[in-house]
Amino acid sequence: MSSETRFVDFKSDKQPTWCPGCGDFGTMNGMMKALAQSGNDPDNTFVVAGIGCSGKIGTYMHSYALHGVHGRALPVGIGVKLANPDLEVMVAGGDGDGYSIGAGHFVHAVRRNVDMTYVVMDNRIYGLTKGQASPTSREDFETSTTPDGANMPPVNPLALAFASGATFIAQSFSSDAQRHAEIVQKAVEHDGFGFVNVYSPCVTFNDVDTYDYFRDSIVDLADEDHDPTDVDDAKEKILEGDKEYMGVIYQDDNSVPYEEREGIDENMAEIPDGAPEDAMDLVREFY
Amino acid sequence: MHEDLNWAIGGEAGDGIDSTGKIFAQALSRAGRHVFTSKDFASRIRGGYTAYKVRTSVDEVKSVVDRLDVLIALTERTVDENMDELHEGSVIIYDGERSTMEDLEIPEGMVGLSVPLQRLAEDAGGAIMANVVALGAACEVANFPIENLDESLEKRFGDKGEAIVENNKQAARLGQEYVAEEYDHDFDYDLETTDNDYVLLNGDEAIGMGAIAAGCRFYSGYPITPATDVMEYLTGRIDQYGGKVVQAEDELSAINMALGAARAGARAMTATSGPGIDLMTETFGLVATSETPLVICDVMRSGPSTGMPTKQEQGDLNMTLYGGHGEIPRFVVAPTTVAECFWKTVEAFNYAEKYQTPVFLVADLAMAVTEQTFEPETFDMDEVEIERGKVVDEDEIDSWLDERDRFQPHFPTADGVSPRAFPGTEDGAHMTTGLEHDELGRRTEETEVRVEQVDKRQRKVETAKEQEDWDYREFGNPDADTLVISWGSNEGAMNEALALLDDRGHDVRFLSVPYIFPRPDLTEEVKAAEDVIVVECNATGQFADVIEHDVLERVKRVNKYTGVRFKADELATEIEDAIAGEATEQEVQA
Repeated sequence: MSSETRFVDFKSDKQPTWCPGCGDFGTMNGMMKALAQSGNDPDNTFVVAGIGCSGKIGTYMHSYALHGVHGRALPVGIGVKLANPDLEVMVAGGDGDGYSIGAGHFVHAVRRNVDMTYVVMDNRIYGLTKGQASPTSREDFETSTTPDGANMPPVNPLALAFASGATFIAQSFSSDAQRHAEIVQKAVEHDGFGFVNVYSPCVTFNDVDTYDYFRDSIVDLADEDHDPTDVDDAKEKILEGDKEYMGVIYQDDNSVPYEEREGIDENMAEIPDGAPEDAMDLVREFY
Repeated sequence: MHEDLNWAIGGEAGDGIDSTGKIFAQALSRAGRHVFTSKDFASRIRGGYTAYKVRTSVDEVKSVVDRLDVLIALTERTVDENMDELHEGSVIIYDGERSTMEDLEIPEGMVGLSVPLQRLAEDAGGAIMANVVALGAACEVANFPIENLDESLEKRFGDKGEAIVENNKQAARLGQEYVAEEYDHDFDYDLETTDNDYVLLNGDEAIGMGAIAAGCRFYSGYPITPATDVMEYLTGRIDQYGGKVVQAEDELSAINMALGAARAGARAMTATSGPGIDLMTETFGLVATSETPLVICDVMRSGPSTGMPTKQEQGDLNMTLYGGHGEIPRFVVAPTTVAECFWKTVEAFNYAEKYQTPVFLVADLAMAVTEQTFEPETFDMDEVEIERGKVVDEDEIDSWLDERDRFQPHFPTADGVSPRAFPGTEDGAHMTTGLEHDELGRRTEETEVRVEQVDKRQRKVETAKEQEDWDYREFGNPDADTLVISWGSNEGAMNEALALLDDRGHDVRFLSVPYIFPRPDLTEEVKAAEDVIVVECNATGQFADVIEHDVLERVKRVNKYTGVRFKADELATEIEDAIAGEATEQEVQA
């Protein structure tokens, strides 16, 4: 079946309610293409979505999916994958979901390195609540709740991932459809936690980090002589605050996913009709 | 002469109190005696006093009593802490050669046995075995054959090598011989042994074992007293059955990981205590509206806030019944004994999957950390039944697709329970969400659909009320005028109190209720009684409130919130006072 799967098979018949021009359209299309290209189909795919504009993605895609509690999408994805490692798990959320309310989970999901993909639709703003500062908003970004600017430096998500021991760090741009899909596909195919921060502009509330801004600033690593397996080179690029890189910045070729290290390979849904055959041994242990 | 012996070892935290106590408890159990243990973490004085107490008898023991017969005191304070329980004739074993103990004054009427624990331990191979010397001394006092210690010493020290085991055996014997030679005294105890084989386990272990038996394969949690034992029990063991314990970064993550595993089709569980339940509350509603089967275990301890983390309380009844915003259909099951911790865990997983709801498994500290003996058949694994509810496989999925071939995970069936397709099932792909949704799991705010979905989720509860047996456990005289009702671990103490009350001329009917929601309707029972007394370990009487609400009648309350469980003799007196009409603190306030 999977060989015939096309990206539209991952599309539901629900029309997105994102604002016209929202970066999330492109981000989602790339995710669907990446899933199809990597040989998955909707029946073996589980998508977990957080809260925010990005959280609507579970509704617009067709697969097994859960749209959960704000900030907790990653733990849900980890639970799904460990319970049935045969499933393809993709978690999607926004910058608020991933780097603010869910920042703690992000750090530990990166450390755990479960074989799944995490796509963050980063628009550097809170869109669904109509325009407040997000953890990736610029320090001087004025919003309804930060009239004098956020007055805090933005989180550097790539550095946060790197410091947490990431095995795959990438960045893409929703408007560059082909590159974005390619990059997400690499994340899907990575043996471990594939993290992609996607510039996904908000056309309604963010007049600073716009399509034009990104088009002018983005440096495609495909055009540079960049070796993602070179950890020092990756570190240098990640810590350069003034460049908007696109592409796979770091990939550990020796990554072994958590479930493999822990020897988890069974579908935990399959259990006997009663207690396990030798369960009385558990009782005898207490003699 | 009592038929039971109450024994304790007490000292500073770090003195190996727990492991020494456990060695003795295991020895008694292996010798065919019943055992009921409890742990003291006193807070009357600041510091690290701790004690491990063992009550033993050839008959079943179900609670603690206010009496201590033999005490191994490693510190002076241990004696002070237990003055209320010590009595004339109590034996206190201590090391009078230690500078900190040489001035110990043995209270009048009690027997002080100064045994050079440390010196004899050194003779046996190392001062570290001082506690084992004391165990040997205690065996002599209790007239308990020393050979019975050997097997538990092997169990405890076996992995450290044969020499260590032998040294410990020798240490025990030196303690025994010292008492036999130095004290010409008939202690009047005789710990008779039997051929019975008992297992010795605590409530947390019973919950963990119940989870494996019930097919739980995924456990995620964050360590917290007194629920950590559940996690530690499952770690390593659940792996042998294809499962996994995951230590999450916090309780928010723990419950969401378990939710994810349950969405993938695994029987999943998390366990925590009050502060963790607070965090998990965020996700209760999602579990319920996404109709995900999940067992959430709360091993209660003293609150609020950090409270008294190592102390008993039954203060989370309202939290588990009502916690979370909005209205959340859920079940709340509260085992009443260590053995029931096993069986109610098995039930909890069945309810969760049959009705696709969160099921709260509510235990309390007193039960969780109590080691108690049982016949192994108490946990007869052949009796474990697994009911998975409306799981739909590939052959059946067609009948649950809509006209556009879409699977309907929230289809409003007559009994409220919708079909469930595990991820990986062909043509079963579907989403669900914490937003109000339609039968496809897609967000909606349409009035009709909203009402239909709320009603359907509520209907599952009604179905469960009709289909399952939500009964109480009954003890005492069914025709008595006095009715005592309790929940959780008070059952054991109340059962023993029944006999004491009977001796004092009080006829009592006792109902122990393991189902908090859905729960048995006690209207008839309450109306038939003259005095109705609800016993619980909290200050406000949360279960009493629930019963008053159900039966529209006032009840008397016996509450304890010192952090220590009810003792059988103390409880009998409290019940007597309540019958006599002595107002409890609660009633005075009202």
